[in-house]
Amino acid sequence: MAQSLDRLKESPSQTAGPYVHIGLTPNFCGIGGVYANDLGSTMLNGETKGERIELRIRVLDGTGTPLKDALIEIWQADANGLYNSPSELRGAADPNFPGWGRQPTDMETGVCLFRTIKPGRVPFRDGRLMAPHITLWIVARGINVGLHTRLYFSDEEKANAEDPILARIEHRLRVPTLIAERRGDTYVFDIHLQGEKETVFFDS
Amino acid sequence: MAEQGSNRSPETGAFFQRDRQWHPAAFTPNYKSSVLRSPQRALVAFDNTLSELTGPVFGHAMLGELDNDLIHNFARPGESALGERIIVHGRVLDERGKGVPGVLLEFWQANAGGRYRHKKDAYLAPLDPNFGGCGRTITGEDGSYAFRTVRPGPYPWPNGPNDWRPAHIHFSVFGHGFAQRLITQMYFEGDPLIWRCPIVGGVSNREAIEALIAALDMQSTIPMDALAYKFDIVLRGRRSTLFENRPEGN
Ligand SMILES: [Fe+3]
Repeated sequence: MAQSLDRLKESPSQTAGPYVHIGLTPNFCGIGGVYANDLGSTMLNGETKGERIELRIRVLDGTGTPLKDALIEIWQADANGLYNSPSELRGAADPNFPGWGRQPTDMETGVCLFRTIKPGRVPFRDGRLMAPHITLWIVARGINVGLHTRLYFSDEEKANAEDPILARIEHRLRVPTLIAERRGDTYVFDIHLQGEKETVFFDS
Repeated sequence: MAEQGSNRSPETGAFFQRDRQWHPAAFTPNYKSSVLRSPQRALVAFDNTLSELTGPVFGHAMLGELDNDLIHNFARPGESALGERIIVHGRVLDERGKGVPGVLLEFWQANAGGRYRHKKDAYLAPLDPNFGGCGRTITGEDGSYAFRTVRPGPYPWPNGPNDWRPAHIHFSVFGHGFAQRLITQMYFEGDPLIWRCPIVGGVSNREAIEALIAALDMQSTIPMDALAYKFDIVLRGRRSTLFENRPEGN
């Protein structure tokens, strides 16, 4: 035996369950008057710098049915590639852009909408630039540990081609599962939890 | 959003790898909803980049006075929620054992009868007009937190023909880096339903399950008012940056 390292173990994850909205978006599910707004529901104000875009995201189960009880959070850099975070040491991010958003999927259609800006490029660990991307975290009934993935942009082909994280994906056929398709100012992104088109999820 | 003790040195170390054996697997067929919602391919692993190391800050200024009081935050003036009054308190720590300040905790639960205020909950137990079921708080400098609520009832759910959830409170935990993001559930010491629950059973290690069971804490009760349960939460720790490799070209 050796000395103990005195490390604790991370609390085990448990599913968010079918009623995650009560806790995280209570106004959305009809519980008014407790919080003024649902946290993370607005990412932009009149002063936010950058190109306005809309993300139209669905999460599909193994039969291709969109989840109607999921919740998605996104985290992204500002238009200059800076995160609005105390751990961002490269400079001050746009004070009018929190970089974080939270939205439920629609209870009828399963569509989840974010109004945000297109992020700038952020350096990888070795200083090379990553392609513009948005980090996603998905929770729902039936998901035991929140899923981590990234959304990249279809009109950033050159940057995507040199992105070190996309380069890590051994099965090149799976890379397109991370690329949202541009239609006007909207990017459409379907997340497949299973099947032929299963989205790449990350452990990071 | 920014508003945080500038006396803290910025945290830039990568997070400890998540122990996937300790967490429930994605596919846990006794919990039927996981069958079609679990990814089946291997996760693609990479060491944290800035996108995972950073995260937003939530300041105490966003909190309303009753946010951490579920007994009153939805109740009509002068009234309160029905049920066994409890205080839930504890600390948010990282895997190194240090308290984590500024963590946004959001919690939600069924009422004392086991019914959620949600249009999809059709359980026959009644709604309590004075209970909404959500609350939130932000941890203090030592990682501590507390809130007041009623003990939620257990409830039946459509999984097996006769499955019941143990009494539980759902917790969303938002630490300092987006890679620390965690949702879990708190159970109550002594509840026999814990060991029969297919969701709990997704965690295969008994010690890991016990880490989700809050202990009755008689020292923290309010006599003639509320019982208390202590529930500590642990978030991923950060590697030390003391001897971190310098990134090339940077
Ligand atoms: Fe529940």
